Amino acid sequence: MENNLSLTGDVSRSLSIPQKLATLLGISGLFILVLASFNLNFPNKTFWLYTSLSAIGIGVIWFAQATYAHKTEGIKNDQIWFKSITNRGVLGWITGVILTGFYIVLYFYPELLGLNAEGENTGLISLFDPLSNLLSGNPASQWFVYGTLYTIAILSFGVKFIWKYRHNKYERLRTFSVMFFQLSFAFLIPEFMQRLNSENFSLPYYDLKSIWPLNYYNFEQYRVDSMINAGDIGIAMLIFGVISIFVITPILTYKYGKRWYCSWVCGCGGLAETAGDSFRQLSDKSQSAWKIERWVVHSVVVFVTLMTTAVIYSYLGDDGKYWLNKTTFLIGVAVLLTAVFALVMIFKRNEFQKDAKFGAIGYLAIILSLIGFHFLSGDGKVFLFEAEALRSTYGVLIGAIFSGVIGTGFYPIFGNRVWCRFGCPMAAILGFQQRLFSRFRITTNGGQCISCGNCSTYCEMGIDVRAYAQKGENIVRSSCVGCGICSAVCPRGVLKLENDSMNGRINANEILLGNDVDLMDLINQK
Amino acid sequence: MLRPSELIISRSLKITNQIVTNPLKIRNYMEHVVIIGNGISGITAARHIRKQSDKRITVISAESDHFFSRTALMYVYMGHMKWDHLKPYEDWFWKKNRIELKNAFVSQVQPEKNMLTFSSGETMEYDQLIIASGSNYNKFGWKGQDLDGVQGMVTKQDLELLEINTKNCKHAVIVGGGLIGSEMAEMLSTRKIPVTFLVRESSFWNGVLPPGESEIINNHILEHHIDLKLNSNLREIVSDENGRVKGVIIEETGEEIECDLVGLTAGVSPNIHFLKGSGIELGRGVKVNRSLQTNYENIYAIGDCAEQHEGIGERRPIEAVWYTGRMMGEVVAQSICGNPMQYNPGHWFNSAKFFDIEYQTYGWVFPEPRDGETHFHWKHQDGRKCITINYQEETRKFVGINTFGIRMRHETFDKWLTEERSVDFVIENLKQANFEPEFYKTYETEIQQSFNKHQPVTN
Repeated sequence: MENNLSLTGDVSRSLSIPQKLATLLGISGLFILVLASFNLNFPNKTFWLYTSLSAIGIGVIWFAQATYAHKTEGIKNDQIWFKSITNRGVLGWITGVILTGFYIVLYFYPELLGLNAEGENTGLISLFDPLSNLLSGNPASQWFVYGTLYTIAILSFGVKFIWKYRHNKYERLRTFSVMFFQLSFAFLIPEFMQRLNSENFSLPYYDLKSIWPLNYYNFEQYRVDSMINAGDIGIAMLIFGVISIFVITPILTYKYGKRWYCSWVCGCGGLAETAGDSFRQLSDKSQSAWKIERWVVHSVVVFVTLMTTAVIYSYLGDDGKYWLNKTTFLIGVAVLLTAVFALVMIFKRNEFQKDAKFGAIGYLAIILSLIGFHFLSGDGKVFLFEAEALRSTYGVLIGAIFSGVIGTGFYPIFGNRVWCRFGCPMAAILGFQQRLFSRFRITTNGGQCISCGNCSTYCEMGIDVRAYAQKGENIVRSSCVGCGICSAVCPRGVLKLENDSMNGRINANEILLGNDVDLMDLINQK
Repeated sequence: MLRPSELIISRSLKITNQIVTNPLKIRNYMEHVVIIGNGISGITAARHIRKQSDKRITVISAESDHFFSRTALMYVYMGHMKWDHLKPYEDWFWKKNRIELKNAFVSQVQPEKNMLTFSSGETMEYDQLIIASGSNYNKFGWKGQDLDGVQGMVTKQDLELLEINTKNCKHAVIVGGGLIGSEMAEMLSTRKIPVTFLVRESSFWNGVLPPGESEIINNHILEHHIDLKLNSNLREIVSDENGRVKGVIIEETGEEIECDLVGLTAGVSPNIHFLKGSGIELGRGVKVNRSLQTNYENIYAIGDCAEQHEGIGERRPIEAVWYTGRMMGEVVAQSICGNPMQYNPGHWFNSAKFFDIEYQTYGWVFPEPRDGETHFHWKHQDGRKCITINYQEETRKFVGINTFGIRMRHETFDKWLTEERSVDFVIENLKQANFEPEFYKTYETEIQQSFNKHQPVTN
């Protein structure tokens, strides 16, 4: 056993020698990529690419092995709030700045990474050409570089996560699932699909699990045209894209809650749960943060709905190949939104806070009046703005800055689910359904809660889980992604993620189980 | 505009205005409930009084400005949480609910004058007083028990002291094998401080746990590289030349163990020193009747510091447990708000975590079965999971269950205990009580098989 003899501080907070070596290995892998970015010309690109990627992957896994393998199975949160990287210390801020910088370059200055619109790639992107050629037969792009690094991150930090939670089968399965979906659906399959493309057949790059509205560009004209032109396969993909959000998603969310997507399938969720796991405790749990979250995330839903409607509207009727015309489409959108609003207000109005009701009514009024405006004005613009202006604004503000720069770049500052919590329109739609019409809930175990706060602290979505658990109330929150960590870290076995009947799903107890039966009845019946 | 408080009172005035001669006087007077102690008991009482009434409420604590979860202090030391995470309510909560917080130390209570005196000399009047002052760790008169580097682990101040005491600590000794002792051992081990754990009993916590369970915890403590010394009493704590601890001597062997820290975790007792000579009846704790009232009608005591004249059912007269403190707070709030209630707790339950192993209990399981009772014990081969079911041999009535490493559903066992189910029913329906996370391996079948094998063959 190590003795705590250090005069300057505490030996338990410093890294062990294997941890240091593993970190060095991982950083040297990254360093190769940095050198490539500065146009250092590697003689054998293939060799240096694989060396770099292996060094990163092995570095992470080795670090995990050195951190967890010798410890007994159980919760491994020791020292989290003492470490600079996980406690918004200097290392946390440095990591945040580097990540943010990477995203800014990736989205706005890909030429710095070596992207060449005409001619061959240079720099970092050219280093990835061998792998891209191997998979899709095409040279790499900045998105291929990003996709590769993203996949390596999910796979290697996924192994770390599994090691950390090896006693917990729910966490193991869930992590295998996100690793699988990232590697296959998000990375390999779309690349292989490129191989099917030829002069007269072309499918758009399609990650089938990336569903509108997360995949906000799914119904843009170039994609829809390309799918229609690709015949049966393309049409099938288009139909799949539509039923994903309108049929598959509601059924699965009803049965299992939004976790089936957010923490088992989704790529954003996948990165948050693996590479972002070390930062989950940094999410803001205050009630004011919750208020902001509700307004911001639902505003994004409205924005994406308006934007997509405008974009689809703008190209419908251009020629004879779409079976929808502009008017039918707009009326369809209006009918659908009104129907959802009416059903919710008829059956679930009691479950809304006052501000949520105002918000819902206000937003519906805005959308409907904008649609009505179209029929009155007829100047080709829908919603006062050009569709293209809406599309590019959404792409920059939400697609790039919110989900990338802030969402991932700020992991070490705001926690790993900032995008999912405040920005993701898909999560908001699934959450809306989860709150109102799903069998999923987190059950509280009678009177066993001791208000310790582990559940709230480690909730990446910033839900104050304890506030419910200490009242003996089940947790039915739209933002809950069902990661299961609250249940894992609970020292008294109080929380359980469950799918059960809709009846009695939400139950606040004034007096908790364990007390005088008459008193409990008396108070709880009130 | 009327504030809510005035609204309620003016509404009641409408009904009673024939009797009340001077409504203004009533309007200005709000009963003052003062609560000493801001732990789970005092705060539960305050919250429930606020829910049902408009009385003025003041909560006094010298320990911390705001309510925090005492059971989670260990996690701050281990780096799982920061101090603010321990607070179950955000700081604005108290003002919003008009619960006044006072950081002060009560040095004297004068029941005849309905008055408190603080250590500053300041005084405060009350109409009703709730004493919820909790407990403090035991010192049994050991030589050296007041040296620097000797401490317990109960309060926020203890936590802060532990940070200071464990700077460059090379070896620690913990005295007393209970839950706090095991928690303190876990805390120190996360800082890589070698720990010797002196336990008086022949096996860890075997005054409470049946032997099979106690053994699981013994092994688990050793697995965490804690030097567990059973059958070991403390003789004395040895001082260095500066009045600081430098070692302990074990009673049985006379062995001296060098250390820079001694953790005293041999149980807790009610923190009632400030009440001595006040006229409030004291035993080990503040003596209360079933309504949690002391010998003064308007003074109540709840939580760790309250002592029943006689234990209720199988319970001890003093219950120093989170859940019982909370229940007493719920009850006393009813009484104070004009709905007199007795403390009449339901079926016993409790839980704990020993390093990585979770423990839950429902109903009563004693270390040795009592007359007419017997135990069914099942242990998993990994040595980290087991259950013990206590039942009456003749009637086969289910009396209680302990589980280690398997989560069970409180509601289900509470129901079965109320329905007085048989042990056979419990074993057969054990699946219904499972509260493990999804996809976890379940052991009901294995437990059922083991139970059937264990039963004497009938007919």
